[in-house]
Amino acid sequence: MMQFMLLFSRQGKLRLQKWYVAHPDKLKKKITRELITTILARKPKMCSFLEWRDLKIVYKRYASLYFCCAIEQDDNELLTLEVIHRYVELLDKYFGSVCELDIIFNFEKAYFILDELMLGGEIQETSKKNVLKAIAAQDLLQEEETPQGFFDDHGLG
Amino acid sequence: MPAVRGDGMRGLAVFISDIRNCKSKEAEIKRINKELANIRSKFKGDKTLDGYQKKKYVCKLLFIFLLGHDIDFGHMEAVNLLSSNKYSEKQIGYLFISVLVNTNSELIKLIIQSIKNDLASRNPIHVNLALQCIANIGSREMAEAFGNDIPKLLVSGDTMDVVKQSAALCLLRLFRTSQDIIPGGEWTSRIIHLLNDQHMGVVTAATSLIDALVKKNPEEYKGCVSLAVSRLSRIVTASYTDLQDYTYYFVPAPWLSVKLLRLLQNYTPPAEDPGVRGRLNECLETILNKAQEPPKSKKVQHSNAKNAVLFEAISLIIHNDSEANLLVRACNQLGQFLSNRETNLRYLALESMCHLATSEFSHEAVKKHQEVVILSMKMEKDVSVRQQAVDLLYAMCDKSNAEEIVQEMLNYLETADYSIREEMVLKVAILAEKYATDYTWYVDVILNLIRIAGDYVSEEVWYRVIQIVINRDEVQGYAAKTVFEALQAPACHENMVKVGGYILGEFGNLIAGDQRSSPAVQFQLLHSKYHLCSPMTRALLLSTYIKFINLFPEIRTQVQEVFKQDSNLRSADAELQQRASEYLQLSIIASSDVLATVLEEMPAFPERESSILAVLKKKKPGRVPENDVKESKSPTPITASNHNNEVNTSVTNQADLLGLSTPPTSQPNNSSNTGVLLDALGDIYNKPSNNVSAQNSSWTTDPKKFVCKNNGVLFENELIQIGVKSEFRQNLGRLGLFYGNKTNSPLQNFVPAVILTNDQATKLSVQVKNVEPTLEAGAQIQQTINAECIDDYTDAPSISVSFVYNDAPQKITVKLPLTLNKFFEPTEMNGESFFARWKNLGNANQQRSQKIFKATQPMDLQASRQKMVGFGMQLLDGIDPNPDNFVCAGIIHMRSQQVGCLLRLEPNKNAQMYRLTVRSSKESVSVEICELLAEQF
Repeated sequence: MMQFMLLFSRQGKLRLQKWYVAHPDKLKKKITRELITTILARKPKMCSFLEWRDLKIVYKRYASLYFCCAIEQDDNELLTLEVIHRYVELLDKYFGSVCELDIIFNFEKAYFILDELMLGGEIQETSKKNVLKAIAAQDLLQEEETPQGFFDDHGLG
Repeated sequence: MPAVRGDGMRGLAVFISDIRNCKSKEAEIKRINKELANIRSKFKGDKTLDGYQKKKYVCKLLFIFLLGHDIDFGHMEAVNLLSSNKYSEKQIGYLFISVLVNTNSELIKLIIQSIKNDLASRNPIHVNLALQCIANIGSREMAEAFGNDIPKLLVSGDTMDVVKQSAALCLLRLFRTSQDIIPGGEWTSRIIHLLNDQHMGVVTAATSLIDALVKKNPEEYKGCVSLAVSRLSRIVTASYTDLQDYTYYFVPAPWLSVKLLRLLQNYTPPAEDPGVRGRLNECLETILNKAQEPPKSKKVQHSNAKNAVLFEAISLIIHNDSEANLLVRACNQLGQFLSNRETNLRYLALESMCHLATSEFSHEAVKKHQEVVILSMKMEKDVSVRQQAVDLLYAMCDKSNAEEIVQEMLNYLETADYSIREEMVLKVAILAEKYATDYTWYVDVILNLIRIAGDYVSEEVWYRVIQIVINRDEVQGYAAKTVFEALQAPACHENMVKVGGYILGEFGNLIAGDQRSSPAVQFQLLHSKYHLCSPMTRALLLSTYIKFINLFPEIRTQVQEVFKQDSNLRSADAELQQRASEYLQLSIIASSDVLATVLEEMPAFPERESSILAVLKKKKPGRVPENDVKESKSPTPITASNHNNEVNTSVTNQADLLGLSTPPTSQPNNSSNTGVLLDALGDIYNKPSNNVSAQNSSWTTDPKKFVCKNNGVLFENELIQIGVKSEFRQNLGRLGLFYGNKTNSPLQNFVPAVILTNDQATKLSVQVKNVEPTLEAGAQIQQTINAECIDDYTDAPSISVSFVYNDAPQKITVKLPLTLNKFFEPTEMNGESFFARWKNLGNANQQRSQKIFKATQPMDLQASRQKMVGFGMQLLDGIDPNPDNFVCAGIIHMRSQQVGCLLRLEPNKNAQMYRLTVRSSKESVSVEICELLAEQF
């Protein structure tokens, strides 16, 4: 089972965090700091897997973003790389050539997409088509609702 | 600012932009505080806040939280959003709660109703939102609230596939929190049959669930094996076009394949059904065959997905460990990966091969790759890959290649990464000991280790070389010569001085005949290092010097001069001062006979598992191959003469080579439970067998009574009598078991085996000597058991004795008199210090244990006294104001620590009750001691 997934930038800024096990906030921050430092210190050609405490860390860099997952001893490292890749593909398809800024400004969408792909630390739906269909259905529901704008306090919010 | 998708919130985007434009951390905090104040006032004051605005503010709070700031309000607004009839508002509410809630369980009660409503919705998107939230929180409250609904949702025919997928994983999440939520009975088969579902997504999710259920109850879910094999078979034989969107870069359903292969690793190969087994082997072969086919795509995703399945298949092959052909093929495949250009594959291949090396079928096949692995250790750019190579070399090492592998590891050690040196040192030390046929080689290896990586040589390593040299006569002269030479290096590591000091002190005489290493030269050589060493090492050297006085009387004055030096006799270090002054006096006062007795050669160490192995196991739990544990070789068995030696020389504590915890000059240990193994029980065994045959068929003696005594008859029936004599010192114990055959025919296949619980096995090291398989009529044999207390444990191990008498198999299981209290050393103390400690230990609740219990035997003061003494603690009289109360003190010795323990037993004659209180610095010890003693009265 995946224990958590972290997205962070080359500058070490955390962009997204998803925890599938409950930890106190303090511990989460500690783990995050530790892993960001460890991974940023590694060279490009190095292996994508490392042992860390009793977990296995699988990470991969896409442009300016690092995707990092912690999995358990029984889990498959190579396939975790492909979970990451599938997530990147989904973001890419949804945002149209995704970049770091898309994830910063639409972090809630990034969460919604991840929730369709993974649930409780396990892969839920591996079909790209099906995930995108689910997200599209959500967006459709939104659009049927009253559009915003009227109440939007431009710049004041 | 990029375009905002869907129903974006402009205010939120502006806020995020502002934060990104902040030039400094201070500016960012200022902006955030301003925003927090704004949101707080809106939430408080503005009653007309509409759903959209609430959503926007909640989302801002979430963003602030994700930046790393604490959020202490807004939860109620998020909860309100859950019941909004607008999906986008509901969704943000759920997101906020999923991310923030695990700190606030009060909130959970409030949201359960909203979740229930959504779960009952006809819109699958709402249902899934609810399921995702339950899974994200996954708390016990969630399990209680929804434990009934979700299984129904999962197997119901009306449920849509997308909902089933979420329900399966949601259930899995809840099952991980509370294992009791899964209904059994007919549900089992319905859940298993999800493996046959049409929808691949449902099967994938369900397989994860079933894997977890199987782990808890493999028998009940056994039916999943054949279904999983069929499903797997259909996937691996499918072409990549068959599975449409579930094919990933030309690999059919890699996720499901891996999950099925993982699921099957919960079972042994399906032996009772050859059909299933055959089909499974076909699948595994197909996967291995596909690995040889040219890739269908150059993309790394294709190779990753394909190899993910391959590695999982190899894991299953290793797990089954039954098909030699598959194991060897797997090994060859991994061998190819060792020179693949993908670092990831090399890493995984090395790791996977480590497991293959432990299978008897593939061990030889793995060895063929030795050269490549050695190259990996030396040449890989990534330390984690080099580490895997070291692990593999360790796993593939055996008698045939040990010298080469050890040599290569030593060579590499000179340049190895600091992060892996310590572990490598342990591994080299273990391999050298385990596969040494010639112990001079072993001594060379360890001295090389100290030379090359002295800083990383832990105490266990150099303790061990000394234990081995002491136990093996044939290597002592060589060891003395070699350390002498090693010490001549101008700069040698302190660990070398320690080993050298110890070995020359014991065996320096063996090389003293050579003028180049005459007594005076040895002494000067050692003493030239003295001033560079730490006090610990100096203390050891002082002991070496006094041994020199015994070995070489001709250098007595020189040595006495050293003792007399102010830096020793008046050293600021109390230990050095004490040693210098006591050794000096000893050398002046004692006659040569006394000196020879006190400083007699060290007795052999008891047989035991290398403590180095324990250190390695601790460092890498689960990574030390299991077969190492069984094969671990120990020093030679102790001869009879050593027994006496050991008892006579209570001068030095044998568990502690330095003798720091008990300086050699302290009074002899007067512990009451260190008796010599006299053959005092002999008469019991000489009883004619017909005498007893008339008695009851079994007279198992009460194991409890051995808590307070060390010798006696452990078990007796008409066939056999088992007697025991035991002695304990510090954390070590030796039990002599005497098996007497009371019958007129031999007992065949006679096998006594010690049974430890898992917990005991890690905390108590027990070494048993084998006995002859036949116990002749009327004969008695003895078996020695050596025990070492590593950590505190509960209860006592048992011995199970099986044999065949008159063609009828017999089995007897008896508890050994090996309870934690045996490792007590009695401690004398006066009332003042007793009460001071008593009070001190009472401060923390966890250190105390108390029992109030009814007397089961007549309250006899004298008998109680005897029990208390036998229990191993010092009975302290005149401390408790009530003369009927007992007060005791003792120290429990374990390998790594000692736990001081105080006890008070208050009998109440009128009520026929006892109150027993135990206080120690470790809770588990207090509890166990209390348990053990309470059963005695």
